[in-house]
Amino acid sequence: MQTALLEMRGITKVYPNGVVANKDVHFSLRAGEIHAIAGENGAGKSTLMKIIFGMEEPSEGEIFIKGEKVRLQSPQDAIDRGIGMVHQHFMLVPSFTVAENMVLGMEPRRGVGINYAEAVRMTEETARKYNLAVNPKAKVEDLTVGMKQKVEILKALLRGAKILILDEPTAVLTPQETEELFRELTQLKEQGHTIVFISHKLKEVKAICDRITIMRSGRSEGVFQTADVTEQEISRLMVGRDVVLKYDKETAPDGGPVLTVEQLNVNDQQGKALLTDISFAVHGGQIVGIAGVEGNGQTQLIEALTGGLTGVSSSGAVKVKGKDILNSSLLDIRQQGVAYIPEDRMRQGAAGEASISDNLISTRYRSKEMNRGLFLNGSKIAALAASLVEEFKVRCSGPAQQIGMLSGGNMQKVVVARECSTGPDLLIAEQPTRGVDIGAAQFIHKKLLELRQAGSAVLLVSADLNEILEISDVLLVMYEGQIVASFEKPSAVSEEELGLYMLGIKRQNERQTGEATEHV
Amino acid sequence: MFKSKYFEVIRTTAVIVISLAIAFLIITLVSDHPVKTIGIFLLEPLSTKGHIGNVVEMAIPLMFTGLAVSLLFRANMFNLGAEGIFYFSGVVTSVLAIHLTLNSWLHPLVAIAAGSIVGALLSAIPGILKAKWNANELVTSLMFNNILFGIGLYLLNYHLRDAKAFANVSYKFEKTAQLSKIFQGTRIHTGLIIVVVLIVLAHLFLYKTKWGYELRMTGINREFARYSGMKTAKVIIMVHLIAGFIAGMGGSVEVLGMYSRFQWTSLPGYGLDGALVAMLAKNNPLSVIASALFLAYIRIGADLMSRLSDVPSEMISIIQAVIILLISAEQFLKFWKNRMLLKEAKEA
Repeated sequence: MQTALLEMRGITKVYPNGVVANKDVHFSLRAGEIHAIAGENGAGKSTLMKIIFGMEEPSEGEIFIKGEKVRLQSPQDAIDRGIGMVHQHFMLVPSFTVAENMVLGMEPRRGVGINYAEAVRMTEETARKYNLAVNPKAKVEDLTVGMKQKVEILKALLRGAKILILDEPTAVLTPQETEELFRELTQLKEQGHTIVFISHKLKEVKAICDRITIMRSGRSEGVFQTADVTEQEISRLMVGRDVVLKYDKETAPDGGPVLTVEQLNVNDQQGKALLTDISFAVHGGQIVGIAGVEGNGQTQLIEALTGGLTGVSSSGAVKVKGKDILNSSLLDIRQQGVAYIPEDRMRQGAAGEASISDNLISTRYRSKEMNRGLFLNGSKIAALAASLVEEFKVRCSGPAQQIGMLSGGNMQKVVVARECSTGPDLLIAEQPTRGVDIGAAQFIHKKLLELRQAGSAVLLVSADLNEILEISDVLLVMYEGQIVASFEKPSAVSEEELGLYMLGIKRQNERQTGEATEHV
Repeated sequence: MFKSKYFEVIRTTAVIVISLAIAFLIITLVSDHPVKTIGIFLLEPLSTKGHIGNVVEMAIPLMFTGLAVSLLFRANMFNLGAEGIFYFSGVVTSVLAIHLTLNSWLHPLVAIAAGSIVGALLSAIPGILKAKWNANELVTSLMFNNILFGIGLYLLNYHLRDAKAFANVSYKFEKTAQLSKIFQGTRIHTGLIIVVVLIVLAHLFLYKTKWGYELRMTGINREFARYSGMKTAKVIIMVHLIAGFIAGMGGSVEVLGMYSRFQWTSLPGYGLDGALVAMLAKNNPLSVIASALFLAYIRIGADLMSRLSDVPSEMISIIQAVIILLISAEQFLKFWKNRMLLKEAKEA
């Protein structure tokens, strides 16, 4: 047997907040392979990679590179040993050019200044060597997501990376960009690089990986030749059961328009259009999904609906049950019967050091039922918290536990429990299952469908195409601040076709989008 | 559940033990009779009724400022303005204690109320600057300390100063204004009752009311509070008003309880000590009582030690410095917590 290029033995990692991210994990990497690490979110993939890249030190366990035991205490240690990482969220300076980003931290010098021409030359040389075309003088902020990723890969290669770790590289890419990435990765493999590919998209894993390590709740479930296992087998190993992403949707009665957006236009301070002529309606008993590559106006749309627009000019109307809420505060909007699951649960959705119970009441602690005279009604709150924890199957030691100690999926369940349990007329769900495991995601989907059945209107913004195609009743596609397509039977739309609209390659004419949005 | 939840308690205890050990070490090096000196430091504060009284008297202002700072820290406001407000409210109360003529029930009540309200209003200024324009509350509150001290000293020198007295002190307070003593043979005054009631009220406020809930959530994650529909700017101004009220009351009570004239010609330091008390109490109102008593105890101990032995009382500054350093050092004992977590994880 050939010696492994990189080997990890008995890795255990416990975070200071008590979260056990890795439990006795073994991992080994052969030279020149594309090795997938698959697992649900929260299975410990990212932590394992952070350990390889020196960003976290394991609590226990050993790492060997080419048979030699090493201790990686910082990313610099890892880089020195030929390990490069492309993060899920790019580590680039947006206002710098590609060349400047490439040489960051290892700038060629001329006197006391930076030798920019040399930086450009180095970038071009690396790009040519690996056949990854970039424009060295373009500013990073002007690049597409796919290009930014290319720059990240080149950055790692320029630093001499032989092992390249890609953390969920396709999460932000369109299907077309994903194909291009795969071509590039195959090329790099042929040139002798070793690639670690983290993903939970099984099709992709099957498409380009040689071997696969499957992780589940912090443990390694085994290593397989990709060719030997089917997608079903992988997914069973990942979640411990066969995943069904099909839901039986009953037809819900049309409750009439709850949210109507009319001719909404938003421009930033420089006058650049962020949203153009957005019009649509969400009815009671209906889930309207909004798809689109991130950064095409979804954020601004949500901000307009939740009183979060700042420093921009807006026109048009956003009505909830007939009342214009554009420029109202979020509190006023919530009092109109609107609930909101925010995209970022750590930043907005939860107070990490507070208890689960405290987190559950944050939108209703003012109400009469929750108060008794001057004081909060402790027994009512305890009863509510206990029943929500039970109903939403939050795995915890009890409602008094700090929410920060929970896994991402369980934390998100608390957020969803809070927002869904107030019986909202309209629920705005922004990436409700991002970064949660499949089990929790399914649970959250079911809850959204239950709300729909109960007559609530649901607006779902998601980057997860599978999710949005499956549970929406109407699907809108946004591109550059406009609605470019609208489908009445989303489950009949293929991901590939959706990709064309998301990329702006195809668009429906106004009559088509208008039709769908008019009579929904 | 997690044994590691006791970590903070154990950590605080360890910090105190280490700082005391360092104190003993220093005493051993400096003193000719180390054992006797340590004995004085540790036990003398308990030896007589008068000494116990001294500890409690000193703990009263520490509880006031410790409580005020705890609430600010709870809201994630690093505001050290209790110092200046404590001083200035003392001045305001003194003016009323000297110039008003009222009966002995109403007089302290009016004087303390005035000092507290002035404290609340002054404290609101950095609060409003923070809430509306995000001006750093640490900077504004520290500058306010200087401003308030300057104005207070001016009032003392030019309007309150008793020319017949031999020091830079104010006219005598009216007898009716002074707080009565509650224990024979000590100077413990009714301020103790006031502050303990205040601490219990603050506890109820913080954990049992919707306003306290807003305060805690804003402190933990302001973005989350805003998203939940709380008006965080209001919360920040509110906590500043309350903290200023408490700190101002502390200054007023201290002046009327312990003195017959206003005589602070420099900032008394209770505001900054309040930050230390709050840190030791982990910003918990009820723990403020124990933490203020502890600090008062070692200070009185050091004071007695300097009078009865050959070690100067400044040694106490070293203990305090060690406490602050270790409590605010996040990594202290982290390795041990990690090991504990690892063990628990394996058992689970």
